[in-house]
Amino acid sequence: MSWEKVLLALFIFPGILYAVPVAWLMLWMERKLRARMQGRIGPPFYQPFFDFVKLMAKKPVLRTRTDVLLMAGLPLLAVSAAIVSLALLPVFSGSRGFAGDLVLLVAFIEVPSLCAVLAGFASRSIFGQVGATREAVLSITYNLPFLTAVVALAYSAQSLQLADIAASPAIWVRAPAVVTILLCLPVKLRINPFSVSNAEQEIYSGPATEFGGSQLAMWELAHGLEWVVLTGLVVCLGLPFRTGAPVFDFAMFAGFSLVLVVLLSFLAAGTARLKVAQAARFYWRWGMSLAMAALILAMLPGIERLVR
Amino acid sequence: MGLVQKLVRIARLRSPWLFHLNTGGCNGCDIEFSACLTPRYDVEQAGILLAGSPRHADILCVTGPVTRNTRAALEAVYAQIPDPKVVVALGNCPATCDVFAGSPAIEGPLGRVLPVDVYVPGCPPRPNDLIRGVAQAVAILADQRTGATSTAKGAKS
Repeated sequence: MSWEKVLLALFIFPGILYAVPVAWLMLWMERKLRARMQGRIGPPFYQPFFDFVKLMAKKPVLRTRTDVLLMAGLPLLAVSAAIVSLALLPVFSGSRGFAGDLVLLVAFIEVPSLCAVLAGFASRSIFGQVGATREAVLSITYNLPFLTAVVALAYSAQSLQLADIAASPAIWVRAPAVVTILLCLPVKLRINPFSVSNAEQEIYSGPATEFGGSQLAMWELAHGLEWVVLTGLVVCLGLPFRTGAPVFDFAMFAGFSLVLVVLLSFLAAGTARLKVAQAARFYWRWGMSLAMAALILAMLPGIERLVR
Repeated sequence: MGLVQKLVRIARLRSPWLFHLNTGGCNGCDIEFSACLTPRYDVEQAGILLAGSPRHADILCVTGPVTRNTRAALEAVYAQIPDPKVVVALGNCPATCDVFAGSPAIEGPLGRVLPVDVYVPGCPPRPNDLIRGVAQAVAILADQRTGATSTAKGAKS
């Protein structure tokens, strides 16, 4: 990968220039669809943008006995990690990436969640700590099926390169693995029924409770970018083909991402919150069974060869 | 006024987040306040959100006559709201203490504790009045400069 391509991916597409407006669009879609399904009118489409501008223009009140650098740095780290993971996505058939970029992507996707855990404890508030604990427990819970599904895809493609994984696995491996990753999206995005770590009627905003002004704006942006990354990841891994024409590839990527946002919003509006133990049980029972099925299906050709 | 200030002003007009605090009232105003969030009034279409944490909020909506026990909490919450901020007194209690006036357990009315920007009278006020009060508060908020208000010094944050 040349430097121009890296900069292009980071700053233009699918990086900042594309991702930030789309992040706001997705945040708005989620709020608007939820409002419409509750019989309300809901916010106008520029709402997340104005929320961001307003929060940036506020002066955060420093909390006593907290590390100022940590409080300001964690949301920024979450935003930058989300942008880096976006830049790694193999949207076009021509984007080859580099060997092992899957490992990097998996690591960077997890960084915003880790930042939230750290932020909850760093803010020294009881709500932040409860939220951070829940986030940490859920992170262990959903990462087991998520990583198993990713391993199944990688094993099936015999490669740790995203472009190969997006191109090669057979449908009987790809389908269960991508459905498992899709199952992990609501908990990674902290929406109902898995909005356990930021449960607003119980613990306010969980880890983000003690953050205000520009720091909160960064958390909101990081959350929007997580929407773009995770829906984009499912689209990139789930679509078995690329058209070859960049315009169509772009349209498919953006279009299917928005379809996923609509589906996830329906889920969020139609369900109530589960408890931590219930969420864990769901992922370890159903998510794990599906992921194991994908892994076994991916290993079948190898086992067959071994038996012969 | 520069372009950035104009944008910030519009953003403040379009996205007021409320924090709601009951300082010992009878809960009547709180029920009317909650009605604003329901499909019938749906304040979210004006960008109004109910924030769970005072650090996320722009407007502090106070109900109740400020009892002796809630005064410290009220001051702490006010200090935690980042500037610029506006205080709205919902109902008769924070304005005049209403039926609680003269009680030894009352430190109110609210005007003695915090600088109040908008009074919304009524016992309880109708949701329409509350929305009108918030609209007035938003107009005051939009023209404040960041860091313009700094009262209630010494309160815990």
